Amino acid sequence: MKNIGNLKEFACTPDRFQGGHRLCPGCAHGMIVREVVNATEDDLVISTATGCLEVCTAIYPYTSWDVSWLHIGFENAAAGISGAEAMYKALSRKNRSYNEDKKVKFVAFGGDGGTYDIGFQSLSGATERGHDFLYVCLDNEGYMNTGGQRSSSTPIGAHTTTSPRGRVSYGEKNRKKDLTMIMAAHGCPYVATAVPGSKHWKDLAQKAAKALSTVGPTFINALSPCTTEWKFKPQDTVEIADLAVETCMFPLYEIEDGHKLTITYKPKQKLPVEEYLSRQGRFSHLFKPENSWVIEEIQKEVDRYWEYLQRKEEAGV
Amino acid sequence: MATPKEMMSTWDKIQFGAILPSFENPEKKLKSKFNSFNYKVADWRVEKPVFNRELCIDCDFCWVSCPDSCFLVEEVENKRGKKQAKIVGINYDLCKGCGVCVDVCPTPIKSLLMFPEFTEIDEALNQWPTKDNK
Ligand SMILES: Cc1ncc(C[n+]2csc(CCOP(=O)(O)OP(=O)(O)O)c2C)c(N)n1
Ligand code: SF4
Ligand code: SF4
Ligand code: SF4
Ligand SMILES: [Mg+2]
Repeated sequence: MKNIGNLKEFACTPDRFQGGHRLCPGCAHGMIVREVVNATEDDLVISTATGCLEVCTAIYPYTSWDVSWLHIGFENAAAGISGAEAMYKALSRKNRSYNEDKKVKFVAFGGDGGTYDIGFQSLSGATERGHDFLYVCLDNEGYMNTGGQRSSSTPIGAHTTTSPRGRVSYGEKNRKKDLTMIMAAHGCPYVATAVPGSKHWKDLAQKAAKALSTVGPTFINALSPCTTEWKFKPQDTVEIADLAVETCMFPLYEIEDGHKLTITYKPKQKLPVEEYLSRQGRFSHLFKPENSWVIEEIQKEVDRYWEYLQRKEEAGV
Repeated sequence: MATPKEMMSTWDKIQFGAILPSFENPEKKLKSKFNSFNYKVADWRVEKPVFNRELCIDCDFCWVSCPDSCFLVEEVENKRGKKQAKIVGINYDLCKGCGVCVDVCPTPIKSLLMFPEFTEIDEALNQWPTKDNK
């Protein structure tokens, strides 16, 4: 496992994810991926589901990946990586592995559409079969590459093109699916949540290093603020991610062996959800008087969930 | 093999099942022409970040937050002989001018500031705010 010391040391890592990709200016996908691939010195084999990350980092004939990388369908990043991992194991057994001394790590990246929704069956299957891989979900809470449709990750109240706000609609009506807990319920040895940016960089890098050195299926759900569809200025990406944590809209925690939960960061003083919501155009309609009850509901749910996490941590069961 | 430009001139130049090697020489880390590192996104910018070495404390917040891997780093040794990164500049071919680096820079007077694209670096450094005039 790579020792994640201080940032001055980590910044000496030669980048394994290059610029020149076509993600929007300020896109959090790039920040998250850079940290994950830089969190290990082992060789990497990566599969990426269709979505902004895949489309923008492999525009023919260019590649932004300094590691072995495979483009796969929208629904089967986890199936693709399990195949690669199974083949590597089989070749190693027959002593035909391309390098014996260096460990190879297998990683899949998918958007929330490709993970919570259409790719869920392949992820659940690969996890159940117990392949040795890390799956990272880049959770921007919608199908952003195709212009911002809702997914089962879109939070209540968010405006998307398929959960539009209007005279009779306050935006998305269904609650965000709790995928991290669903992955823990698979009995994964390690699952965690994370955010990009300089404040929580170590939280993310350590979780990635830990997941990569854990044998078996591991999962990281990384919130990926999307400047284009969440409607905030590109320079605010890191601030929005930090606010998601400070308001407990997106708490940082990890779960070992399917049950042992540790909250990895506790805000000194939990901020009201308005601080997070008001910074994003996708929630602007909630600040009309007739929608104030939606914000109250969101706050109630956030408080309930935060309480639940703390109790679960204390109980250690 | 054709150049990247030739390969994407028309649809029929696309090679089926193409494998794009990121390195010409993986051992020496010599990047190939297919590596997006060699693609320029500079024309996306309207404003550019300018780096002021004098004020920088090498916290590396900008390095870790930049989504486009733009910060140029030199490995140096600190007083206790531990390796650490020193920021030496910005790769303007890869920078899209998002401004995240400026936002996260923590020095009292920022060590990174956005300037209109056409501003010369020297000119920008001369206009830098001072303590009394932030
Ligand atoms: C089977 C299939 N259905 C639909 C599409 C079209 N499609 C491409 S990207 C995308 C949205 C991806 O959303 P998400 O996984 O959340 O990733 P994001 O772009 O938001 O990062 C869709 C619907 C596709 N490529 N394949
Ligand atoms: S639409 Fe959103 S997720 Fe996609 S590249 Fe742009 S900022 Fe990133
Ligand atoms: S403006 Fe954005 S792309 Fe350019 S160096 Fe700063 S963080 Fe990187
Ligand atoms: S964030 Fe500012 S102070 Fe920190 S390394 Fe970058 S330029 Fe220097
Ligand atoms: Mg998405």
